[in-house]
Amino acid sequence: MSHEFAVVWAHKDRLLEGLANTIWLSLLATAIALVLGALIAAVLMSRLSVARRAMQWLVDGMRCVPFLLLAYIVYYGLPTFGIRLNNWTAGLCALVLYNAAYLGEILRGAWAGLPSEYTDAAHAFGFQGLLLYRRIILPPVILASVPIIGNQVIQIIKDSAFLTILAVPELTHAASAIQSTYFVPFAAFVAAVALYWVLCRAVELTVGWTERRAEERR
Amino acid sequence: MALEAKIATEFATATPERPVIEVRGVSKSFGDHAVLCDVSLTVDKGKTICILGPSGSGKSTLLRCLNWLERPDHGDVYLSGQRIGYRVGGHVAMSSSELAAIRARIGMVFQHFNLWPHLTVLGNLIEAPIYVQRRARDTVIADAERLLTKVGLAEKRDVYPARLSGGQKQRVAIARALAMRPEVLLFDEATSALDPELVGEVLAVMKDLANEGMTMVVVTHEMGFAREAADEIVFLDHGRVVEVSDPASFFDRPRSERARQFLQRYERA
Repeated sequence: MSHEFAVVWAHKDRLLEGLANTIWLSLLATAIALVLGALIAAVLMSRLSVARRAMQWLVDGMRCVPFLLLAYIVYYGLPTFGIRLNNWTAGLCALVLYNAAYLGEILRGAWAGLPSEYTDAAHAFGFQGLLLYRRIILPPVILASVPIIGNQVIQIIKDSAFLTILAVPELTHAASAIQSTYFVPFAAFVAAVALYWVLCRAVELTVGWTERRAEERR
Repeated sequence: MALEAKIATEFATATPERPVIEVRGVSKSFGDHAVLCDVSLTVDKGKTICILGPSGSGKSTLLRCLNWLERPDHGDVYLSGQRIGYRVGGHVAMSSSELAAIRARIGMVFQHFNLWPHLTVLGNLIEAPIYVQRRARDTVIADAERLLTKVGLAEKRDVYPARLSGGQKQRVAIARALAMRPEVLLFDEATSALDPELVGEVLAVMKDLANEGMTMVVVTHEMGFAREAADEIVFLDHGRVVEVSDPASFFDRPRSERARQFLQRYERA
């Protein structure tokens, strides 16, 4: 048993490289999905009922798709339509699309709970359109949804493990490679789980810290 | 030459002694319920008008019609001679950005303060001047600091609204409205949500503003303030203007039966 872990330790560089890719992939996916989610929330709250219903339908639909299948479709399915993405881009796109739908719904919920007084005052002071959304609505909406966004980031980190099937060189892929080369499945996968745990713990601590900051702004 | 003359005459007619706010025959219903019926009033520069009336008489709706937060069903509102809600000389509705530009010239203070919670006190004051009026940041900040000193809250500059008392919030809200350099300031029951011991500090700021010649339209239940600070009282009942008079005659010799009944309730209280 300790021999297994010694083998993994000897190849820790490879594992850490996978970890770095997982972090980078998750950060990028979170950032893009948040921007996209903000746009989706704006459509979900808009007065254009056709656009609103179409978007609601898309979002609800996306939430019923297993992530693994979405990743398959983006990587293996899209080339049918002439869209060829490399494994890294395809993985990122799948993460972004999937989580933008969730984040859009999360932001919409927080927005619906925003007291109308803030926007009322903003209208009276001459805010409208994009400026109103960007300066007055979005900041408190994001502050209010920090804990749920944190959960979603953890979801993104864990979902990124699926991307090993597209051979994206992330953490699970690295662990998998080590175990299959040296036949140390238990140690390799447990080491990866421990690193995922550290990562998610870091997200939770960041959320807690941001929460305390957000508290005085409510 | 013709154009210059036209501009000159328009300019001449537009600037001097145009009322800041002019309301002509405004009516507004919510569903079957008529809230305002054919209301007209004029607010001249530097005057303080108090709108009084029982609850549900349409005071707040009238105030919100002045900056088109509520759209009147009928009638017109003019800001310094410019018709609000419609483009010059027609029935074409203003775009939302044109309407926003008009609203930015009218300051408003709300019953529940409506400060933006994610911004500090200073942030609340400078937000609209910088992002809506696009004025230079450093002059806006200098302005804002002066206004905070004026309302006695200079030391709260970097605090978030959640940390303030109601009275402090409302004074910040007044400073925030003033930071827009508005042509007129609207107060929508600015002291109604305050604990009784905090009402005084807000009324004091409002009285100072009235004395300094700020043009103000004040919806209030504070009869003392109305008597002392108003240049004119507009008494509203069931959505109609029942009486318009100076404070002394309104409080001492109300002409209408409705006004007499209304005032008696306050004397008893």
